[in-house]
Amino acid sequence: MAISNMALAGLTRTQLLEMHYKMALLRRFEEKSAEEYTRGKIGGFMHLYIGQEAVGVGAITALRPDDKILSSYREHGQAIVKGMDPQVVMAELFGKITGCSKGKGGSMHMWSNELGLLGGNAIVAAQMPIAAGVALAMQYQGFDTIVACFFGDGAVDEGAFHESLNLASIWKLPVVYICENNQYSMGMSVQKAWAVDSLLPRAAAYNMPYEQVDGMDVIKVYEAMKRAVERARSGQGPMLLEVKTYRFRGHSMTDPSYYRTREEEQQWRTTRDPIGFFEKKLLDLDLATQAELDENDTRATQVAEDAAEFAENSPDPALEELYADVMVDNSTALSYRYERK
Amino acid sequence: MRTITYRDALREAIREEMQRDERVFILGEDIAGYGGTYAVSKGLFEEFGEKRVRDTPLAEEVITGAAIGAALGGLHPILELMTINFSLLASDQIVNQAAKFRYMFGGQPEIPLVVRMPGGGGAQRGAQHSQMLESWYAHIPGLKVVMPATPYDAKGMLKAAIRDPNPVLFIEHELLYNVKGEVPDEGVEYTVPLNRGEVRREGQHVTIITFSRMLHVTLQAAEDLTKEGIQAEVIDLRSIRPIDIDLILDSVKKTNRVVIAEEGWKYYGTGQSLAALIYEYAFDYMDAPIQHVNGADVPMPYSKVLERAALPNKSDIVNAVKAIVPQALVHS
Repeated sequence: MAISNMALAGLTRTQLLEMHYKMALLRRFEEKSAEEYTRGKIGGFMHLYIGQEAVGVGAITALRPDDKILSSYREHGQAIVKGMDPQVVMAELFGKITGCSKGKGGSMHMWSNELGLLGGNAIVAAQMPIAAGVALAMQYQGFDTIVACFFGDGAVDEGAFHESLNLASIWKLPVVYICENNQYSMGMSVQKAWAVDSLLPRAAAYNMPYEQVDGMDVIKVYEAMKRAVERARSGQGPMLLEVKTYRFRGHSMTDPSYYRTREEEQQWRTTRDPIGFFEKKLLDLDLATQAELDENDTRATQVAEDAAEFAENSPDPALEELYADVMVDNSTALSYRYERK
Repeated sequence: MRTITYRDALREAIREEMQRDERVFILGEDIAGYGGTYAVSKGLFEEFGEKRVRDTPLAEEVITGAAIGAALGGLHPILELMTINFSLLASDQIVNQAAKFRYMFGGQPEIPLVVRMPGGGGAQRGAQHSQMLESWYAHIPGLKVVMPATPYDAKGMLKAAIRDPNPVLFIEHELLYNVKGEVPDEGVEYTVPLNRGEVRREGQHVTIITFSRMLHVTLQAAEDLTKEGIQAEVIDLRSIRPIDIDLILDSVKKTNRVVIAEEGWKYYGTGQSLAALIYEYAFDYMDAPIQHVNGADVPMPYSKVLERAALPNKSDIVNAVKAIVPQALVHS
C-alpha cells in the first residue's frame, strides 16, 4: 500500500501516528488500571477515561508544552498526554512514593509543575475558578502561555462554572474551557440535568465564543482546540468548547450503570469508538498501514504492562511522609518557642 | 513612631508590599473604585491602576479560586472578601483547594495567598453579618489563621502574610478598623511573625488568653482588676493557627489559673481547643478550672440591647477571673 504524504489538519503522518499511539496508550493504560483495581492494587475511587480518548489527545496535542492544564478526577489520560510517564501515573494509582504526588493524591490528584499539569480535582467544577486564576497570572506577567481546563457535563450544573465563565470573559483571560460532555453526571443524564440541550446559550450568556465538537473524532477535537488556543494566545480571550463524547465504562469502578441500557452502551462502543474511527480514517487516507497501527497498540499494551510492573515494584511511602508537605515552611498547628523535652 | 488607625496600617502594609514586589496585587469586591467596603484599599487604585487593584464581580467562589490560581501561576495575590460571612460561599476553595493542594499533590504546589476578611459583631448587622468563624478555618491543616488586634500587628502581620509561602487567612474585625495605635514611620521596615503571641500585660495571679477585638476589652478588665489587687497576665494570641503553645504554657505555669476570652461561640471553638491543650500539657500546674468567656450561643440578634447582651464584655471577664482567683491569694 502506498503511504500518502498528505497531511491531515496540518498534522504530519508522524504526528498523526503519535496521536494514534497516545489514544491506544490511554485505552490500554485504563484497561490495565481496571485490572489492577480488581486485583486490589488500586484503592478508592477510580474513574476511567475509556471512550473519551479523542478528547484528551486531540485537545492537548493542540497545546504548547508550556501551556497549563487543569482537570477533573477523570484525568489519568490527560496526565499521560501532557507528558507524564505512565509509570509515574500508575505508581500514583498504586499509592506508591514514585507516583507523581508521592502516593498522597491517588487517582483523582495528579500534578506536575514541570509539565504544567495543575491537578486533577475531585470537587466538581472547582478547577474552573483556579484555571481562571492561573490564566490571570499568565496574562498579568505578559506570558503567552494559555490554560486548558477540562471538566464534565456535571460541572455545568455547579455555580463555579457560571462564575468562572463570567470572570474569564470580563477579564479576557487566556483560558479554554473544555466541557467533556459524556452525557451523564454520574447517573444523571444531561437531558434531565440541563435546562438547555447544548452549552450554546450558556456561552452566549457570558459573551463567550462557543463550539460544539464531535468528541469521538480526534481530528475535529484537535482543530477546534487549535482555534480556541490561537484565540486565547493572541489575547482575544476565553472560549468554551462542548465536546460530545461517551464513557464506555461506568462513572467509577463501582458503578453498575443501572441508569442506561446495555444496548445504548453497545451502540456507542461498536459504532462510535474513537480509536476505531481514527484508525479507519488513517487507513482510508493511506496515512498509516494496519501494521503500524498494530505496532502502536502492541507498544501501548507493553507500556501499560511496564507501568503496572513499575508501580508494583515501587516502595510505599515511608511513614515519615505522613506529616511532610502540609505547609511550605513545615509549620504545624502548634508553634514551639524552644526545643521540647 | 506615629499613631495611626488599624485601617491605615493595613493599607500601608499593602502599599509597601505592592511597591516592593510587582507580583503582589489585590482583588476583591468593590476594592478599587469604591475604595473597599471598610475603606482599607482607598487610594490604591489611583496609585497602582486596574491591573494590580482589581474589582471583581460578587462571586466569592470564583474570585477565591482565581486568587489560588494566580498564586499557583507565580503571583502573590491579596484577596479581600467583604466579610468572613461571605467566605462560606468560597469555603470549598479555601478548605478543599488552598489548604489541601500542597499535601495532596505531594509537596509540589505553592500557594502564597492572603485572604483578608473582617469578622465579628457589635454593629447591629444581624446574624448573617456578625460572626466569628476563625475556629472553623483553624481546624484545617494546610492553612494559617491570624487575627491581629493592634495597628502595629495589623501592618507587621499583613506584610509577613504577604511574604508567607502558604495560604494565610487574615481575619480582621469590623470594630477594629478605627482603633488607633503606634506604628513605626512609613518606610521603616518591620514584620511580625505569624506564629507568635504576645504578652500584653504581665501579672502573676491569672492568665487571660484573648485575641482580636477582645484584647482591648480584656486590657480594660485587667486594669479594673488591679483595683482589687489582682494582677492579670494578658496574652494576645494573634495567631490562631499555629498556636504559640510555649508562650501560653510559660504563663500558665507561672499563674496557675486561666481565663480564655473570645467573641466567638464556646462549643468546639478556639477557647475550648486552647483549654484542652493547657490541660494536656500543664494539668499539674493548674489550681482552678479554666474559665471561658464567650459570645452567647445564639445567632447574633439585631436588637441593640440583645446584641450587647450576646457579646462578651469587661465585667464578664472580671467575673470569670474573680471566680478562680481567691482573695487569699491576692492578699498573701
